[in-house]
Amino acid sequence: MSRPNPPAPSSGQGFWEKFAKLDRRIIFGFIFLALALPLFFTIRQPIPVSPEGKAYYQAIENLPAGSKVLLSFDFDPPSSPELQPMAEATFKQLFTKNCKLVVIGLWPQGPQQAERALASALRDPQFSDKKLEYGVNYANLGFMAGDEVVIQKMNSDIPSTFPSDYKGNATSSLPIMQGVKNYKNFDFIINFSSGFVGTREWVQFCVDRSGAKMIAGNTAVQAPENYPYYRSGQLKGLLAGMKGAAEYETVSNQPGKGLTFMGSQSVAHLIVMLFVILGNIAYFVSGRKR
Amino acid sequence: MPDMVSITIAGFLTLGIMSFVYKDNPIYKLCESVFIGVSAGYWFVSIFYQSMLPQLTDKIGLTGELTDSALAYYRQTGRLASGQWFNLIAAGLGIMMLLRLLPKIGWISRWPLAFVIGSIAGLRLIGELQTNIMKQVKESILPLWAPQYIDGSLNLGSSIGHSLTNFVLVVGILTGVIYFFFSKEHKGVFGGAAKVGIWFLMVTFGAAFGLTVMSRMSLLIGRIDFLLRDWLHWLG
Repeated sequence: MSRPNPPAPSSGQGFWEKFAKLDRRIIFGFIFLALALPLFFTIRQPIPVSPEGKAYYQAIENLPAGSKVLLSFDFDPPSSPELQPMAEATFKQLFTKNCKLVVIGLWPQGPQQAERALASALRDPQFSDKKLEYGVNYANLGFMAGDEVVIQKMNSDIPSTFPSDYKGNATSSLPIMQGVKNYKNFDFIINFSSGFVGTREWVQFCVDRSGAKMIAGNTAVQAPENYPYYRSGQLKGLLAGMKGAAEYETVSNQPGKGLTFMGSQSVAHLIVMLFVILGNIAYFVSGRKR
Repeated sequence: MPDMVSITIAGFLTLGIMSFVYKDNPIYKLCESVFIGVSAGYWFVSIFYQSMLPQLTDKIGLTGELTDSALAYYRQTGRLASGQWFNLIAAGLGIMMLLRLLPKIGWISRWPLAFVIGSIAGLRLIGELQTNIMKQVKESILPLWAPQYIDGSLNLGSSIGHSLTNFVLVVGILTGVIYFFFSKEHKGVFGGAAKVGIWFLMVTFGAAFGLTVMSRMSLLIGRIDFLLRDWLHWLG
C-alpha cells in the first residue's frame, strides 16, 4: 500500500517558513537603512518630556546666578551619541546662568569629551560676547585614577586629589578654585556616566555622605539602575539616553543632535517591532506545521 | 589636511569593525587589534601623566613641576611634609603588585592585592548599606492612599493616580522579594504571590531590554552620523 503524498505547502506557509530562516544580515541591512535614511531628512516628532527630564532642567534653572558647579564626565567616545548632546546643552544652560564650572573625569577619556562639549558651547554666539575665561569661568581638572576612592577623597580635599588641571597648571593657582576645599564649596553637582564608575558611586560616596545636590545624565542601558535614586530624592533629575537628551533639548529650547537623532531612533524601533511581530508569526505558523 | 587624514582613517576603521556584521574576517581582526592597542596606550599615558606623576613624583618632590603646598614645604625645609610619606607607601605597594611578573617572588603581589580588596570591601559595604538598602527601604514604605490637594481641595484623579502608583510599587517589591525567598515552598497563596513577582520581574527585564536596544541603536546612529556627516560630507 503506497503512502499518500503529503499536501503541497501553501504559498503562505512557504513564505513564513522562509521568513523564519531569514538571514540575519538582511535584518542588519534593514536596521542600517532605518538609522541612516532619516538623517537625510528633518524629522521632527513631538517629544513628551518626562518628570525626571523636567526636574533636570528645573534643577539648573533654580540655581542662583554665579553658582559654582562641579561636573564629572565618566564616559568615553562610544557613549558620546547619547551623552554628548546632554553635556553640550547643559553647558549652555549653565553659562546662560553665569555659573562657574569645574570639570573632572573619572574615566580617562572623560576630560577629552568635556573639552569637546565646552568648545561646542563656547562657539555659540550668545557666549562669545561674554568672553568666558579659562580658570575664571570654567576649568578642567582632568582625569584621576581610583574610581570611587577619588569621589570619597574629594569629600575631604579636592585640590589635593587633583593637584594639577588638564593643561598641567597647579589647581591651587586657578582663580575658580580659590576657597574650594570639598563638595560643600559647590552649589551643585552634575554627572554624565555610562557605567562604572558613575552615577551609582557618586550617589553613594558624594550625595549620601556630603549632602550635595546632584542631577545625572545616563546612557539608556545604565538608567534603570539609577531610577530608584531619582524616586528617593538622592538625584534631583535624571536624563536617560538619547530620549533623555531630546527631552532636555526640548524643555530647554536648545534643539541639537538629541532631537535630530531621535528620528532615526524611532524609525529603527518601528523596524525592530515589525521584525519581532513577523518573527513570532513565522515561529507559530512554521511550528504548527511541524 | 591632518584632520582629513585622521577622519579618513577613522572612517575606514569604522567600516572595518562593521564588516563583522557580514562575517568574521581579517580586516575586522586588524581593526579590533588597533582599537585594543590604542585604547591600552591611551589609558597608560592618561594614568601616568594625569594620576601617577601629580600624585606621586610631584608630591614627594621628585619632579618639582608643581608649586603646591607640599613642594613649597620641601623647598623650605628640605624634608617631606609628614602626610606625603603615605604616597611612598602607596608606591611601595604598587611595586609589590608588579612583582607578579616575576614567578619566583610573585607571591609578594598578594599583599597589596589583599590591601586593595580589604579597603574597597570596607568602603563599599558602608555605601551599599546606606544608599541601596537603608535609603531605598525607607523610601519604599508608602501610604496606599495618597491624597493630592490643589489649592486646598482634594484632587480625586491625581489622588487615585498616586495611590495606584504606590500600590503597584509596594506589591511589586513584596512579591519580588517573595519570589526570591526559597526557604518555603512556592505553593498556595505564597506560590501565587511568587508568580505575581515573576510578572513584575519580567516587566522589569522587558523595560531594561528596551532601553538596552535604544542604547545600542544610539551608538550605531553616532557611527553612521560620523560616516555620513564628518567623513563623506553627505549631510549638511
